[in-house]
Amino acid sequence: MTDLQHAATISVLVQNAPGVLVRVAGLIRRRGVNIHSLSVGPTEDPSISRMTIVVDTAPERTEQFAKQLRKLVEVLRATSLDSTPAVDRELALIKVNVTPGTRLEIMEIANVFRASVVDLTDKTMTLEVTGRGEKVDAFVTLLTKYGIREMARTGQVTLVRGSQNT
Amino acid sequence: MARQITASKPPAPAVRSRQMNGAQTLVESLRREGVEVLFGHPGGASLPIYDALYDAQDIHHILVRHEQVAAHAAVGYARASGRVGVCTATSGPGATNLITGLTDAMMDSVPVVAITGQVPRPVIGNDAFQEADVTGITMPITKYNTLVMRAVDIPNAVRAAFHLAGTGRPGPVLVDIPRDVSQELCEPDFDEEPALPGYRPVLDGNPSQIAEAAEALSAAERPIVYAGGGILSSGATPELTALADRTGIPVALTLMGKGAMDETHPRCLGMLGMHGSAFANWAINRADVILAVGVRFDDRVTGRLKDFAPHARFIHIDIDPAEIGKNKPAHIPIVGDAKRVLAALVPLVRAPKIEAWWKQIEEWREKYPFRYRQRDGRISHQYVCDLLNRLTGGQAIVATDVGQHQMWMAQWYKCREPRTFISSGGLGAMGFGFPAALGAKFARPDKQVLALVGDGGFQMTMQDLITAVEHRLSLPIFILNNGALGMVRQWQSFFYRGRFSSSILRNPDFAKLGDAYGARGIRVERPEEVEGALRTALATEGVPCVVDILCDPEENCLPMIPSGQSVAEMILDD
Repeated sequence: MTDLQHAATISVLVQNAPGVLVRVAGLIRRRGVNIHSLSVGPTEDPSISRMTIVVDTAPERTEQFAKQLRKLVEVLRATSLDSTPAVDRELALIKVNVTPGTRLEIMEIANVFRASVVDLTDKTMTLEVTGRGEKVDAFVTLLTKYGIREMARTGQVTLVRGSQNT
Repeated sequence: MARQITASKPPAPAVRSRQMNGAQTLVESLRREGVEVLFGHPGGASLPIYDALYDAQDIHHILVRHEQVAAHAAVGYARASGRVGVCTATSGPGATNLITGLTDAMMDSVPVVAITGQVPRPVIGNDAFQEADVTGITMPITKYNTLVMRAVDIPNAVRAAFHLAGTGRPGPVLVDIPRDVSQELCEPDFDEEPALPGYRPVLDGNPSQIAEAAEALSAAERPIVYAGGGILSSGATPELTALADRTGIPVALTLMGKGAMDETHPRCLGMLGMHGSAFANWAINRADVILAVGVRFDDRVTGRLKDFAPHARFIHIDIDPAEIGKNKPAHIPIVGDAKRVLAALVPLVRAPKIEAWWKQIEEWREKYPFRYRQRDGRISHQYVCDLLNRLTGGQAIVATDVGQHQMWMAQWYKCREPRTFISSGGLGAMGFGFPAALGAKFARPDKQVLALVGDGGFQMTMQDLITAVEHRLSLPIFILNNGALGMVRQWQSFFYRGRFSSSILRNPDFAKLGDAYGARGIRVERPEEVEGALRTALATEGVPCVVDILCDPEENCLPMIPSGQSVAEMILDD
């Protein structure tokens, strides 16, 4: 997320219905704003899904996005999380080149980041890391010199801290 | 807006235990919404729907010659009546022809329901004949849309569509029905309430915000009301008028707000904005407190945002929370229905001391009223607009097309009552005026309805003259014919050094064209013929009357605040 000028997080509860993802994405797209990450998954109620959207937009526009999202009939709740203390997490799978000489070195780095090795061959190692976007970014940066073959990131998921609902 | 179920309707037949197909279910659902008129054009995917309509004696289907007309007519119907307008088209090209009209309805918050046929379920997504992803295409231009995949779901979809279209901030809703769903037998339940947990429009304003707004207005030295289409949607004309009567605060109207208040009322300053009156623009830009109601700070009103009313505190009332603070921060935001919020606000406002303010406004009004001059032997567009205003007393329903004539009519036509000025405001869709007048006439057959169009825009939808002839509509169509796309020409004249690229038109003889369609055709070439022709057309009954008025090709629409500029840069005179 280091290359983002403004990363604004919006959490959206939607009815789990066909086309909702397109409506939400389309609403953001047509305002000329890039979606940095978008994660969707079920909530405690299977008829309701939560989308966590990170958009590249100025902070003063984030509330306008949330308001526009609330106008969608299937959107039950849309919250701009920028001014709220919240827990952010992202998961990444990273497949990195290894040689007998670098294997231990990489595992040491993984230990520092509490990443785990989820797959290993004589040429590659696949690591799983969880944390805030910045932590994942830092981990990725350190692995770059070994040669990252491929990577998949889930995008950020967020919940507000404390007893208050997101 | 209440759901329209008129008491005079025959009681709904006992159909619960009876099977019917999807199309019959649709027609019964429309009947239960009180639909009396719908505008449409049939095609393959909507054949079952048309077969069901064939039996519906109480639902009047108006066959148009192009689906664009169906959508614009539904808008005209809705705006003239306050009811939900309905249009229908077949799949693919039929549905895509509705797009312009639906976008207009979206931009101008008009309650419209569009019913489209879709290809049968088994071939959806296979690029079948006349298939288009209509729910996908219309997603950003509808308030809501839905693809109905079971006949039994039709009643719920239709109820939801009418509820969403007509309540909150109104807008278009599209219901897409595959042909085999229309043919599928089902046992419909017409009484099921649609569940819309994510749709809860806020109607009542926050009382403490309203009290704060009342304080700000009471203490203002240079207050003004900036009122728009939201007044008409919510029926808040009496409340707005009461505010002006009680407090003396001047009221400026947007293009969409024309008719929100009697424009001959001494407190009404008429239209503001790009082609609004100089005095209304000067007034709002000098104001210290602005009560914005049912408006969205459109760029055609504000010009360059940072220079718009720089000294003012803004009170912004709107039913759509997303409009508040969208373009201009509101100091006192109030989310709610204009009628309810104004009703709560008016009794709390003490008449502010604004004699000096009014003196200033009257000076401005005197210094620069709307004015025009007739060049030798040429017909001024503004003279025609002024004359139409005088001949109708501002009591007719006027539908305009888009361009210079639209702005001139907005300047000269003094609406006396709500829902009498129908124009494509936000979208600015040429081709809108005549079909909108057609729809309005079906909504208000008792009322004088007229279309005022340009020679460019009329040619986009004039094929439906035959529809007006077929239904024997008393509908005068006045063409302000300057042989040009006048507004394009004007901008080229002002900003492109008079390089009239593709803006000069070669036109047919519109009067003869009217004759060919079986309408009455009148051609007017000289100023002294104008009044007689207008009188004849306004009095023509049982047939549309096409009046081709050859106007001054060089007349420009002023005042004008050039796009993206401020009131300081207003162009006043040629």
